[in-house]
Amino acid sequence: MSIKILLDKCTGCTLCVKACPFGAISMVDRPKDAPGKGKKVAVIDLNTCTLCGACVPACKFEAIELKKELGGVDLDLSHYHGVWVFAEQREGKIQPVAYELLTEGKKLASDLKTELAAVLCGDEPLEEEIDHLFAYGADKVYFAVHPELKHYHTGPYTCALTELIAKYKPEVFLLGATTIGRDLAARLAIRVGAGLTADCTGLAIDPEKKILLQTRPAFGGNIMATIQTLRHRPQMATVRPKVFRKAKVQNPKSKNDGNLIKFRPVFSEEDLLVRILEIVKDETVKVNLADAEIIVSGGRGLGEAKNFKLIEELAAVLGGAVGASRATVDAGWISAHHQVGQTGKTVCPKLYIACGISGKIQHLAGMQSSETIVAINKDPDAPIFKVAHYGIVGDLFEYVPLLTKKLKELKA
Amino acid sequence: MDIIVCIKQVPDTTEVKINPETNTLVREGVPSIINPFDENAIEAALQLREKHGGKVTVITMGPPQAAEALRMAIAMGADDAILISDRAFAGSDTWATSYTLAQTIKKLGKFDLILCGKQAIDGDTAQVGPGIAEWLGIPQVTFAVKLEINGQKARVERLLEEVNELVECPLPAVITVVKQMNEPRLPSLKGLMRAKKMEIKTFTAADIEADTKNIGLNGSPTSVVKIFSPPPRGGGEILTGEAEEIVNKLIEKLKERKII
Repeated sequence: MSIKILLDKCTGCTLCVKACPFGAISMVDRPKDAPGKGKKVAVIDLNTCTLCGACVPACKFEAIELKKELGGVDLDLSHYHGVWVFAEQREGKIQPVAYELLTEGKKLASDLKTELAAVLCGDEPLEEEIDHLFAYGADKVYFAVHPELKHYHTGPYTCALTELIAKYKPEVFLLGATTIGRDLAARLAIRVGAGLTADCTGLAIDPEKKILLQTRPAFGGNIMATIQTLRHRPQMATVRPKVFRKAKVQNPKSKNDGNLIKFRPVFSEEDLLVRILEIVKDETVKVNLADAEIIVSGGRGLGEAKNFKLIEELAAVLGGAVGASRATVDAGWISAHHQVGQTGKTVCPKLYIACGISGKIQHLAGMQSSETIVAINKDPDAPIFKVAHYGIVGDLFEYVPLLTKKLKELKA
Repeated sequence: MDIIVCIKQVPDTTEVKINPETNTLVREGVPSIINPFDENAIEAALQLREKHGGKVTVITMGPPQAAEALRMAIAMGADDAILISDRAFAGSDTWATSYTLAQTIKKLGKFDLILCGKQAIDGDTAQVGPGIAEWLGIPQVTFAVKLEINGQKARVERLLEEVNELVECPLPAVITVVKQMNEPRLPSLKGLMRAKKMEIKTFTAADIEADTKNIGLNGSPTSVVKIFSPPPRGGGEILTGEAEEIVNKLIEKLKERKII
């Protein structure tokens, strides 16, 4: 494993300096006895370089050599087939993200000329939900069934999926980047020896290598990275809810016609160490953010906790959910279940109204794919206006109540 | 009670700006900080030590300059710090990182609890905490917002999408914490003095007897194909006029888009 600049090829053009996300490359005077042309050459600070490889394709002169010695795992990749989607269920209901992933998974499976399968962990009866999985395009459904799988626990879910993966060897396995999906995928990937990429916003199949290209934001959405898993299987990825749109039902009459594979896992004591004692409900959550068609969000511009009432009133007349910026959650004005953004939830409603939110990149990362964005902010230079379809430069204390009033009149 | 806190030094992404002309990251003057969620993990560890006694050891994998993050943790009140640093670790993905941290923890021997931030703000994967738990073969509890220890058991409240979940978990375990758990303390003057004088121990790949198959770029199942800047977004329409007029315009637009 090494990286070096080939002095005879480097022209000192600085393309690599711009490409390096870690600021590890700089230009120095070309040593007198060094081969090649040009006054300057690139040098890599090995203490800062993470060997990410971003500079290699950026160089037009093939002057950067990144050597990865192949050793270690030697899987026979030809044994791995099929695209799997984790059919996350809560209280016996399959979560919308599973259908979104089946829609995306169908495309990947077709590019790979392979089958699409849904993987469900739970306890019976789940027949109706299983019919939905077939209706949304699953060619097969693997169903790990056990009372310990009724509610999500890391231990038994990891154990059940490990056995299924070992037996049926999928080449791609997609999970929703929910609290459940992220907890599970991270543990499972290590146990089965998979490569795992978190929070992907784009998935594609490399037409030549037939591997999964996984694109995701990093540095708070400031840069995008495309990741691959070359020699480990399955290629695992988590995807945030609402990043992909779920298709209409593909085969409404499709039923389990022999393609349901039931499996009863056996757990050891170690799998069952963590127990759920209680579920603590949050009474302030009236409409779930992730499923809402309309979200009205409040930010620091509200000034104090009690002014969230304005946001709640507008949300109520629109039948929408209440969102919040991180600043307001950190200040204790509203509970964390409402937080939109990098450390909160990614949402993708039909309408997102941002009130008194400046639009830091972390907030934008969580809402910028909304279909229609309206921003109300006093500061005309606020970054939120860069992503808003409609902007109102003004005082939210004037505009939010006025909008609520007009919408009420419209309804009446 | 022996607590190990795993931290990461990260660029302060809230300070990262995009150069609008070149559409690339402006890195000059971006400070390096302790990953904010890891500060909550350090705070949680210090509070547990105050209540139950014991020792807080902070570890990080990174380049030599990551020692600064450890010094900050010492200044906050941690007892000991270890830097895991070796060129052989460069290019680690979450597989290799969690392996390296777990291998270091095994080397340290005795521990009751491992705390991590829920995710790092540069990579945002939330994968390293559970990875450490798997390499060590102990339970994990992620997204913790409240934490109590009773003997050899932890009671943890987890912050989930719509609800909180209260779980019980035997120790040792890996627990990852969210921002809402606590307010990290500032370094004390005494702590700063101690941090300044302290010699930070460095472990290399050989020191932790790492299997080269699992570390660095070669030991990482995933690799980066390319890195690029997201396309810039142009602004939309700013509605103008008197307040009434603006709101009416907005409602018309929303009607046109069949939203209301």
